[in-house]
Amino acid sequence: MSSRFRASFILLGAAALLAAGCSREERHSRSKPVGETVAAGASPDTIFPGGGTPPALDARARLYDNNAPAIAAGQELFSQMNCVGCHAHGGGSMGPALMDNEWRYGGRIDQIASTIAEGRPNGMPSWRGKLTDTQIWELAAYVRSLSGLPSKDAVSSRAEGMSGASPGTLTPHGKVQPSDTAQQQ
Amino acid sequence: MSFDYQKYQSAFGNAGVGNHQFLILFAIFLGICALMYLAVIAFLVGGLLRRRRAGEANVVETGRHHRSDPLMSTGLIAWGAVVGVGLVALAIASFFADRLDAQAAADPKLTITVTGNQWWWDVQYDASDPTKVLHTANEIHVPLGVATHIILRSNDVIHSLWVPSLAGKEDLIPGRVTDLTIVPKKAGIFRGQCAEFCGTQHAHMALVVNVDPYPEFIKWWQQQLRPATAPANPLVLAGYRYVTQRECASCHTIAGTPAGGSVGPDLTHFASRRSIAAGTMPMNEGNLYGWIADPQSIKPGTKMPTVGLEPNELHAVVAYLETLK
Repeated sequence: MSSRFRASFILLGAAALLAAGCSREERHSRSKPVGETVAAGASPDTIFPGGGTPPALDARARLYDNNAPAIAAGQELFSQMNCVGCHAHGGGSMGPALMDNEWRYGGRIDQIASTIAEGRPNGMPSWRGKLTDTQIWELAAYVRSLSGLPSKDAVSSRAEGMSGASPGTLTPHGKVQPSDTAQQQ
Repeated sequence: MSFDYQKYQSAFGNAGVGNHQFLILFAIFLGICALMYLAVIAFLVGGLLRRRRAGEANVVETGRHHRSDPLMSTGLIAWGAVVGVGLVALAIASFFADRLDAQAAADPKLTITVTGNQWWWDVQYDASDPTKVLHTANEIHVPLGVATHIILRSNDVIHSLWVPSLAGKEDLIPGRVTDLTIVPKKAGIFRGQCAEFCGTQHAHMALVVNVDPYPEFIKWWQQQLRPATAPANPLVLAGYRYVTQRECASCHTIAGTPAGGSVGPDLTHFASRRSIAAGTMPMNEGNLYGWIADPQSIKPGTKMPTVGLEPNELHAVVAYLETLK
């Protein structure tokens, strides 16, 4: 076996290994219909009487953490479900800021999911039964992205939905001038 | 409700003024292009049948061009003129058809705001009296022969409203307001759809347009303004409780109940519509069960999540939704 042939063979093998490492991110449009619930009772908080170690990371965390579609869906839900009403767009107002590095009830995705599902003292309502568990996990994935915790390649650089205020032309119930776009036949 | 409204989607429907103008334009194009095509074919056949003149040398071999005969050059000039006039006629016809179609009605009697969403249509009937403002989804009712001004908006990406039997397309552009005027000429049910690719479920973004005589239209409007029917039996009551207290109410509105979400379609008179999930399936009990049990297998990617209802909850929710006539 000539050295040139061997070198190209090794290169080919390395390329094949590299290609095998690429995997397409899957968009989970469908959750398991029954049985998927945010762990109740065993709340993965950081608060433990007398100290102790938090439970192991929930197995579902890897489905949603660092998952671009989940973060994008969570971003939509964040404004649709009026999380902005208390937390603003992460800066916080009536509720605590979400874009800092301070987590009262833990910053792990399962801890955030648990916070959303169970609610917390001083005003955080429980969303269990108001949102599906998938939606709660998606929201948790987005909340983590507010403080830059997920890897950058998973976080979209732009908002999924409409952002900012409506332009002046969108005055509700006003007399609307016909647009200057030509009608398409 | 086994009405096959799908066959009522045709650009040859001729059921609206806009579509009528389109058909006239189509006839003009067809006529002029057919005449020109026949003329070209006639020349081609003539050329094939014509014999080479006796004693005529091959131009390619000798390199000598004979004088073209005057008849031929006159014919070619006339041919060029005919092509020019035909193209100009087509351009003028196209320009005027487009202009007429783009013209908003001077005094529309009815204004509807249609907002495109991934992947459904939000419909609002404007009225000067706020108590008469009607909110519905995925189904439009318009009166026969009345100019209806449709204001178009989008909540996410570019969509396009196209009801071919009635009028041409018009895009719904986020951050802008566009509009379309339709004047229906025939009563009936016409299918429309999104005509601009808007995501995975673009193909399942249809709407039904019901053209009714004016009195029937007003009756429909008044019926739709009524709040949802109160639950009448225990099963329906259980469904009412689930829908108004659990996940459904986070996104859907049912007028007259605590359900007031503004993310998904208004469900106040859901069961009176012809289809489920923006024209994805006809409205019937079986499809309703399937849709609520697992929307993601019927319309993968839809914003309606799989809630994971237990069987008794599913029975109750379907029973309640069926009362929302």
